[in-house]
Order: sequence, then C-alpha cells, then structure tokens
Amino acid sequence: MNNIPRIPLAKWTDMAIDWLTVNYQNTTQAISDVLKGAIVGLQDFLISIPPELVIIVVALIAWWLAGKRIALFSLVGLAFIYNIQLWNETMQTIAMVIAAVSLCIIIGVPLGILTAKNMTAHRIITPILDFMQTLPAFVYLLPAIPFFGLGVVPAVITTLIFAMPPIIRLTDLGIKQVPEELVELGKSFGSTFFQMLFKIELPLARPTILAGINQCIMLSLSMVVIAAMIGAKGLGGVVWTAIQNLKMGMGFEAGVAIVIIAIILDRITQNLGKTN
Amino acid sequence: MEKLKVSNVTKIYGNNTDKAMEMVLKGEDNEQIRAKTKQVVGVREASFSVEEGESFVIMGLSGSGKSTLLRCINQLIKPTAGHIYLDGQDLTKVSSQELIEIRRKRMGMVFQRFALLPNRTILENVGYGLEVQGIARKVRTEQAKKALHMVGLKGWEDYYPHNLSGGMQQRVGIARALATNPDILLMDEPFSALDPLIRQDMQDELLEIQKKLHKTIIFITHDLDEALKIGDRIALMKDARIVQIGEPEDILLSPASDYVARFVENVNRSKALTASSVMVKPRSVVYPKDGPRAALRIMEVHGISSVFVVDRKGALIGYVRAEDAAEAAEKGQRELDGIIQNDVPTAFDDTPLSELLDVLAYTKVPVAVIDEEKILKGVLVRGSVIAGLAGERRDWDE
Ligand SMILES: Nc1ncnc2c1ncn2[C@@H]1O[C@H](COP(=O)(O)OP(=O)(O)OP(=O)(O)O)[C@@H](O)[C@H]1O
Ligand SMILES: [Mg+2]
Repeated sequence: MNNIPRIPLAKWTDMAIDWLTVNYQNTTQAISDVLKGAIVGLQDFLISIPPELVIIVVALIAWWLAGKRIALFSLVGLAFIYNIQLWNETMQTIAMVIAAVSLCIIIGVPLGILTAKNMTAHRIITPILDFMQTLPAFVYLLPAIPFFGLGVVPAVITTLIFAMPPIIRLTDLGIKQVPEELVELGKSFGSTFFQMLFKIELPLARPTILAGINQCIMLSLSMVVIAAMIGAKGLGGVVWTAIQNLKMGMGFEAGVAIVIIAIILDRITQNLGKTN
Repeated sequence: MEKLKVSNVTKIYGNNTDKAMEMVLKGEDNEQIRAKTKQVVGVREASFSVEEGESFVIMGLSGSGKSTLLRCINQLIKPTAGHIYLDGQDLTKVSSQELIEIRRKRMGMVFQRFALLPNRTILENVGYGLEVQGIARKVRTEQAKKALHMVGLKGWEDYYPHNLSGGMQQRVGIARALATNPDILLMDEPFSALDPLIRQDMQDELLEIQKKLHKTIIFITHDLDEALKIGDRIALMKDARIVQIGEPEDILLSPASDYVARFVENVNRSKALTASSVMVKPRSVVYPKDGPRAALRIMEVHGISSVFVVDRKGALIGYVRAEDAAEAAEKGQRELDGIIQNDVPTAFDDTPLSELLDVLAYTKVPVAVIDEEKILKGVLVRGSVIAGLAGERRDWDE
C-alpha cells in the first residue's frame, strides 16, 4: 500500500471549485441576485403582515387540515413566539423554508418523474441522491460562499441540496407504485404520455409525493437553522449568536421557537395527503 | 366478416430474444428455451381469427399465456413475432399516434381487478376514455350516463369506487369500455374476482348486452363453465400455445388432447350439452298409414315399447304404445288413427340438457328432438344422455 502515491482528492476538489468559480461566477451571481430579491422580498412581506392576522390564519388552516388540537397548539405557540419577541426572526426562517421547499418541488417532482420513467436517469440520479443525503452539510456549506456570497441565497441553495432527495425519491416511488392494471387502463384507452401522467400517475402518487414534501419541509427547517453559520439570520441566527456569546437562555428560547414551528408545519403538511 | 386476425404471434419475455425465437421456430419446448436462454416464452405461434360480432373465449390454466395474448392484440405488449390485423390493418406496423387513435376509438378493455381510478367518481371513471379523446364535458357526461344506465347503475354517478361492491365495480368497468362505443371488447378474466352467484349474474348480463350491441368480444377465463356460456368459439391454451379452437361442443365432445379432456372433465356437462349433441338417430319410425301390426313388428325388432309416428315430410305426429297397437291389431284395425298419442315430450336441437333432465327422469317415452318445422331430428334416450354427461360419445342405437 505504501508505494501507491496518495490520491490528492482535496487538491482536485479545490481545483475544480476554483475553475468553477472563475468560469461560472457570473452565472451564479446572476442567479444569486434573482434569488436574493425573491427571498428577501418574501421575508419582508411576511414581516409586514400583522402578527395577529398570521396567527389567526395559521390556526384556522391548522383547524381545517389537522383538527382542533393542532389549531389550539398553533394559536398558543405562535402567540408565545410573538411574546418572546422572536416574531421577525421566525418569519425570516419561514420565508427561507418556503423558498427552499418551493424550489425543491419545482425541481424535485420533475426529476422524480424522470427517474420513475427512465431507467438510465434512475441509475444516474440515485447515487447522486445518496451522496447528497450522506455528505455532511458543513462540507458544502462553505464552498457555496464563493458562488453565491454570504446570506440567504447560499443558505437556501444548500438547504435545497439537503432537502430535495426525499421529494425525488418519493415522487419516483409514488409513480412506480401505481398498480400495473391502472397503467394498462390508461394505455389501453389511448392516453398520451402526459395524459397518463396528469390523469393517472400523479393523482395516484399524490399522497406519497406529499409525504416527500412533508419530509422536505422538516429537513429544510433544520438546514435553514444550520445555514445561519453563513449569515442566513432568522431563528438560526439567534441560536448562532447565542452560542458565540454563551447566552444559554437566548439559545433555548430560539430553540423552542424552532420546535414550535416544526410541529405546526409537520402536523399541517402531514394531513395534506389525507384530505379528499 | 373477419374483424380480427391473429397470425402466428409469439411473445418472448426477456432482453435477448433472438436465440429463443430461433428455438421456438425449431419447435423446442419452453422449458428448454428457458434453461438455455433465460427467456420466458409467453405465447408461441398463436393464430386465430374472429368474426365481427363473435364472442371468442380464450381459456387455459394460470400461466398459459392468455393475458399475454390478449395484450398483444391492443399492443400493450409488442409481440416478438407475428401480426395482428384489425379490419385488415396490421397493428404491429402502425405508428404510435395511430395506435393511440385505434385504442381510443376501436378497442375497449375490461380488467380482472376492475382497474377503477379511486380518486374519480363513477361517472368520471366511465368517462375516462372519452376524456382522453378530448370530448367536451357535456357530451362526455351524457354518453357516460348512457353507458352506466346500460349496466344498471343509474343513480350511482357521483359515488366513488370504494362505495360499490365488486360486482358493481365491474359493471362500471364494462360501462367504461362501452362508453367509447368500440368495435372490440377485450376482457381479461373480468368475472374471476367475483363471487360465484354474482358472477353468473354478470355473465347473463354480458350476454344481454351482447344481444343488443353485437360487439366483437375477446374474453379470457380459466373457467370452462364460463367459457361455454359466453363463447361462440373457444380457444384453449396450454404452455403458451393454442391447443384447440372450436365451438363449445367440439371442445367438450372431441377434446383434441388429454390436456383438453382433463380440463373438460370437471365441467357441469348438463349445462354445456344440448339435446342435439346427445340425441340418437330416429331409425324406427312409423307412418300413419302403417297398420298396428307393422308398428308392433318394428317395436319388436328394436326391442322398444313405443314408437314415434311421423308424416311423409318427417314431421312428428305422436307415438304409439305397444299395448295399444296390440289391442288395435286384435280388433283388426288397419290404421294407426285413434291410437296415436300426442303427449310427446319434445325438445329443440339447442335446448340445454340441464332443462331436460327433469323430463327425462319421469317420461316413459323417449324425448323427441325436433326443429321449427316439427321435423323429427333425433331421439333422446336415457342411455345416450347419461353417456353424454359422462363425457363419452358413441353411436348409440336405440
Ligand atoms: N412481464 C413478464 N416478464 C416475464 N415473464 C412474464 C411476464 N408476464 C408474464 N410472464 C410469463 O409468461 C407466461 C404467461 O403469462 P400470462 O400472464 O400471459 O398467463 P395467464 O394465462 O394470463 O395466467 P393467469 O391465469 O395467471 O392470469 C407465464 O409463464 C408468466 O410467468
Ligand atoms: Mg392473466
């Protein structure tokens, strides 16, 4: 073993990142600017709505989708967050989650359809997903900076990488789980590719895809918090500042707020698939 | 008119079918082909043609290749070799666009496990075929309702599949296939998942519908009773091959192989057999002008206690009993008039034996089999009926 030279994987990676930075920074900066506008716009918008209104609307949605208990929990939980003055940070975090999850759906669902329909795509994409899910987030948190700068954009991009795999996997699974007979039904009545997709496969895969979206939301929330390290602010930012200044109480408050948000989002989206 | 022709169709499952196809052509058996090439032969060299308006049943045990063959017809499965002609057009050669058109307008499929979309109402399920054709909602709804009505499900439009029993769900499946008004119905064991009683109702209903609509039906089953009831003709499959094609009675009475014979053994024969298949030739008849003595003589010769009387054209008049003939002979009567009995039990050629068993049980005279003009075609005697039920066919003499 000793006479085999060490493989310089680290050096290669650096070279690749440098090369990408030099050649693609303009592109990534352009993407970054657009994204930043959208995310910050969304954050400002959420913060601008009166908190009382948000609290009531969320409670009503929770009532409709998840029942009385979750509605009550949302009401009390959000009021508590408002009371401990973490409202704006919470809205920032939620805006990032919404941005990341939307992008995950826009990119992930079509990719899931692709892997379900195309064996080659499946063979290529599955190992990449394994890689994305197991690679520690910190490893790609930092390289995101040269491409997208500091702040919300690299936070959302890294969240995307971290949270998208379940959507792709579960869309793929949901479509493959459509019973053979129903696929035959569609074909035997002369459905085109897109009719198969929109009239049979996606409607039947809906609960599975929604389960994927639920997972994606939870992963996004946890990642958005970690991404505070690269300047994403929000509740994660509070935690990060608390850690750096050894302010236990402040960190704990932000942590509780995160848990409250997580429970509300989870219970509401968990029940999306069950209605109808 | 020939509607559908399946010509030498072979389907081999696997990704390297050339070698296996060669072996099929050489006539090597499926097991050898599988051992040598790892390819599975689903259907081999199947040929048949179906007339417009005919109900053609494909029957065979599980794994014999029925579903594969059916799916070759609408190209859900592409045959490895061979051709499918619909109204003379080779479906293995049409473009995918044309194929979609053909599936939309000319073929309807009914599935074993109903294949209803659980997220759609009954009406939306029935309208599926029309919907993919892009037909306007209003027309679609109207046609779907009509189809639902035809299968007796009026009023169920807005329910969901899970609200319905199995039998009702399959009615929806049939309505869906009828809604696009296709020429051909492809039915893959449509009643296999149903309880026996419901199943018989559904069979009757299918026959009713068929009487009105005269579709060309390809119907798959592994149940011989069902095949006999539905099929104008039956194809029997074994080990991916069609081993016999014939009308129900051909299959029952002259099974082409031991395999078919064994298949046939279990069937309830009285349902399948008709009077004409077990009747014997009416050798001994007398004419009204024959005297009682002649009648007696004939009865003596054949060892029977009564004899049928027919007119010159062969139309049945009645029968004469031996004791009456003897009495009349003693009295010196010269003709049979006056002693001819008219209460003959009769049956038509196509009366099922099951309807005759009662009569056969109590009657003292044989049952006369006649046609519409009352011409005597044959005679049912207990011996030949029992033999028929037991599955033998001999030339019985009275
Ligand atoms: N997709 C497939 N891949 C490989 N082999 C297959 C495939 N589908 C069917 N077969 C094989 O082809 C043969 C015929 O199958 P097919 O489904 O046509 O039989 P069947 O007569 O319809 O049986 P059943 O009564 O169980 O429905 C069987 O040996 C089966 O194992
Ligand atoms: Mg089958």
